[in-house]
Amino acid sequence: MFNYALRRILQMIPLLLVISLVIFTLTALQPGDPVDQLVLGNSQITPEDIARLRAAYGLDQPISLRYWFWLTHALQGDFGWSRTFSAPAAAYVFEERLPNTLLLTLPALVLSTLIAVPLGIFSAVRQYSILDYVLTFFSFVSFSAPIFWIGAMALWLFAIYVPQLTGGLISLPPGGLGSPDLAPDAGFWAVVADKLRYLILPLSILMLREIAVILRFLRASMLEVLNQDFVRTARAKGLSNRNVLYRHALRNAVLPIVTLLGLSIPGLFGGAVLTETVFSWPGMGRVIVEALTSKDFNVVMVALTFISVLTVVFQLLTDLAYAAVDPRIRYN
Amino acid sequence: MTTLASAPAPLKSRSTFQIALKRLRRHKLAMLSLTVIVLLVLMALFAGWIAPHDPNAQSIFEIYAPPSAKYWLGQDELGRDLLSRVIYGSRVSLLVGFSVAFLSILVGTLLGLLAGFFGGWIDIAISRFIEFMLSFPTLALQLVLSGLFASSDAAPIVALRSSLGASANILIVVGVFSLFGWMGTARLVRGEVLKLKNLEYTDAARALGASSVRIMLRHLLPNLFAIVIVQATLDVGTAILSEAALSFLGFGIQPPVSTWGNMLSNANEVVLQYPWIPLYPGLMILITVLSFNFLGDGLRDAFDPRSRL
Repeated sequence: MFNYALRRILQMIPLLLVISLVIFTLTALQPGDPVDQLVLGNSQITPEDIARLRAAYGLDQPISLRYWFWLTHALQGDFGWSRTFSAPAAAYVFEERLPNTLLLTLPALVLSTLIAVPLGIFSAVRQYSILDYVLTFFSFVSFSAPIFWIGAMALWLFAIYVPQLTGGLISLPPGGLGSPDLAPDAGFWAVVADKLRYLILPLSILMLREIAVILRFLRASMLEVLNQDFVRTARAKGLSNRNVLYRHALRNAVLPIVTLLGLSIPGLFGGAVLTETVFSWPGMGRVIVEALTSKDFNVVMVALTFISVLTVVFQLLTDLAYAAVDPRIRYN
Repeated sequence: MTTLASAPAPLKSRSTFQIALKRLRRHKLAMLSLTVIVLLVLMALFAGWIAPHDPNAQSIFEIYAPPSAKYWLGQDELGRDLLSRVIYGSRVSLLVGFSVAFLSILVGTLLGLLAGFFGGWIDIAISRFIEFMLSFPTLALQLVLSGLFASSDAAPIVALRSSLGASANILIVVGVFSLFGWMGTARLVRGEVLKLKNLEYTDAARALGASSVRIMLRHLLPNLFAIVIVQATLDVGTAILSEAALSFLGFGIQPPVSTWGNMLSNANEVVLQYPWIPLYPGLMILITVLSFNFLGDGLRDAFDPRSRL
């Protein structure tokens, strides 16, 4: 097990190097460069100035050299300067953006699991019951709808329509992190309450698909386990239904869910871009789009590298966790 | 004593495909979905006859006009008829869906077949490549790539764009989605081939002197049909959703061509004042993708001898 983990960690290094090279090349090939942005805002700039600026930023170098420069600095924690956000790129992404995404994705993940697991078990145990059909239909709709469209329609519903209907009694803000005009001396609970009002819609939208995914997978793997011999044996022994379900069936059925959650966590960071865009939530996903649009390639690289590292690390953790919980798997 | 028992009536032989088709016909939801899909395809084909207005005609005095007797779904930010744009939008959205599914299935089946059949270093190389492709943040890289191909001024990319002509934008999006779309199929096919290649009929074919290519094409490929067709159906829906997401972020297929995706760009800003504008394109995507997912589910049941239908 230890040797297996060590070998996998060593294999991660070349993999991450190739991934970062691909990402860097694609980013560097993007149309336009940071100097173009400077030129746009300055009519007095001369061609010599532009050439000097390009040279100063190293933009006149071949991509291979620029990658080497980026890599050697990145390994020392220096990801360059963000011109758009006027801060070190890494510090900006990790201090300003990452916390916002975590505030959204962590509760979404925990709440979705808490809601979806009991529903998934119920759906499998009472297959073809009314609730099973309702949940199946709900899952299919969540998979099939553009998540940002549901978000936009919910925005209209709760920020415009319902407030009109209830005379402003029930209303949710149309996006953002929190009230800009919240009094600075507002108490702790006032701040929390305000935050929650802003959080509730993006959180619900993000959870919609997550619940559907966990629900479907757990239902499928539970159904498979319930038909196996050891469950029949457990029933034949005269164990209570409760014991059969939770001690024998569920323990085996949650294994695929471990994989599912492990692999979906990195995706939540980049994939939240749609939800973040709809609700003007300044998070990790959103920063990639903003930085790409404003040619702030240092920021693009920080965010993309971070998500790629997460993906590779979580792939490893998932495999290890699987080996740890499932005695049938042995790694040599 | 009769000398000969009357010969039994010859059993009508049916292929797996015919059996599955028969079972599918009993699947009400799948048949309903298939009907919806056929109607959508007809709408796309005959968009020119169905659409009440020119989808690109602008009437500047009726910008953001709400639904009315003349414009059933209202007007957009340039005063274009939303109903006509939704009808024409089905063309590109379905085209992207079908093309991406086709290309992903083609590449995925080929690589999965090779990896599963030959094993050894071919399998290792292909499997590692699949893992490598899965390590990228897909949506983010799709943004980067389509931005790159759509507007880079590097000589080879400009040449590529001009050789693709007017539909370059659509073809680029199809290419980028296909690039990230084949891994699931490849894994499925590889797993299935690993099972199939040890069955008796494969051994029999080999004993009769069939070549590897013949075994793969004549004996394995037809048996992969079930999982591939299910996957293809689901892929169409995924591609339509991806196009919508990319266009929503402003990196997808650009106007004036209308797609359900780019009709939703800036949906979150438009919706607060003009909720009917994003309502219908989104609803069309939902109905279409839902139909493909239900059909895929029905096909899976139809091909699965264990499922009750």
